[in-house]
Amino acid sequence: MNLFTQAFAVARKDLAIELRTKESLNAAGSFAVVILVIFSFAFESFSDEMKEFGGGLLWLVFAFAGALVFNRGFARELPNECLDTLLASPLSGAALIIGKAFANFAMLLVVELVSIFTFGIFYNVNWLSEAGSLTIVFALATWGVSILGAIFGALTVNLRLRELMLPVIIYPLMVPILIAAIELTNEVLNHRPIGGQMQWIRVLVASDIGFTGLAWMLADTILVN
Amino acid sequence: MREKLVIVLAGLAAVLLAYNLHHMFLVLPNEVSQDFIFRIIFFHVPAGIVGMIGFFVALIFSVWYLAGGDLRYDSVAASIVEVSVVFSIVNLVTGSIWARVIWGIWWTWDYRLTSQLVCVLIFVGYVMMRRAIDEPTQRARLSAALTIFGCFDSVVVWKSIEWFRNNHPGPVLSIRTGGGNMDPDYERTLWLNFLALLIIGAALALVRSRQESMEREIDSLRRAAHV
Repeated sequence: MNLFTQAFAVARKDLAIELRTKESLNAAGSFAVVILVIFSFAFESFSDEMKEFGGGLLWLVFAFAGALVFNRGFARELPNECLDTLLASPLSGAALIIGKAFANFAMLLVVELVSIFTFGIFYNVNWLSEAGSLTIVFALATWGVSILGAIFGALTVNLRLRELMLPVIIYPLMVPILIAAIELTNEVLNHRPIGGQMQWIRVLVASDIGFTGLAWMLADTILVN
Repeated sequence: MREKLVIVLAGLAAVLLAYNLHHMFLVLPNEVSQDFIFRIIFFHVPAGIVGMIGFFVALIFSVWYLAGGDLRYDSVAASIVEVSVVFSIVNLVTGSIWARVIWGIWWTWDYRLTSQLVCVLIFVGYVMMRRAIDEPTQRARLSAALTIFGCFDSVVVWKSIEWFRNNHPGPVLSIRTGGGNMDPDYERTLWLNFLALLIIGAALALVRSRQESMEREIDSLRRAAHV
């Protein structure tokens, strides 16, 4: 089996477990909706200004909800020594990390889909006409945060303060991705073409490639135990 | 040997710092447009450069650790990161004081400022993570991996004033501009103070790495006693 076949096998396993238990999706999805509801009390939710900081609001929600998803990624392998079994299997470290990132990516996209519908309704923002551009932005940014979530989920899985340490470590690393995603999402919500903001698309692509490359190289080192 | 080296470095730094302070406050004239506050550059820029060099040196030691598995390299990397975090915070604080006087605000979300703040937060996370892991080899391996990711941001900090034009002043030092952007006497004082801060940083890193080695020794003795 080549690396991607192995990675897809890991992702398929994680998504199958998630579809049966729904522990991450239920928690992250409902958390995202609750945050959007709370923010609607803090801001004038029907004003045009909402389109100017809607991107920031959405990515804040995705980052918080993402931490819940990423924390579970490797933690679900701890009971019954599943992580040891995975590491003893013929899987390469890179395949395991990338497979976890694929699963994170899929789960976070579901949370984003739920959130964007909720956001459109609660904040009266029409995003459906820009669904294509929004998909590109969400896909590029979500891959970047997913690969970070996978690699640092693996890094922190055995720590005493796992739930606390993961956000402390990954949020600063996510900053370039979040800035670019927020800028591009604001452009899309204001019905402006994202082609005029190529520098932010470059930041997303560079972060995706850079973080994926580093994760690939360091996977075996991180997963030694 | 290490203690003697620390004393020599500390003495050298004290003499150099005294000379620099005398020169920057009593010899050099005020800058034409920024007046007295311009002198903060003699600490702001060197502290930033020392911090950044430290992160890259820590990166080298981290890669050495990953390649060879020698925990001494991890101790050195961790000591250098801690000292570099302090210098980077000095860089942020002095920059903020300068901004309050010149721009009228303590902070702006400029690319250089933001990337430097993010860099500090990443390495503060590194220090916190080390405290949360008891097992030395696991701690060393994870710290090395985080250093490699953190240095990704350090490159952005370094190049941000070339890549993006924003509020932060552009490059002024001759090594980046080819000269002509700063009075040679000012620049000479800045580099001398860089040397002073670099020596202080090296002395602090030596003291800290000695503490790390002792901690490791005590830890192995404790483990041996339990076995």
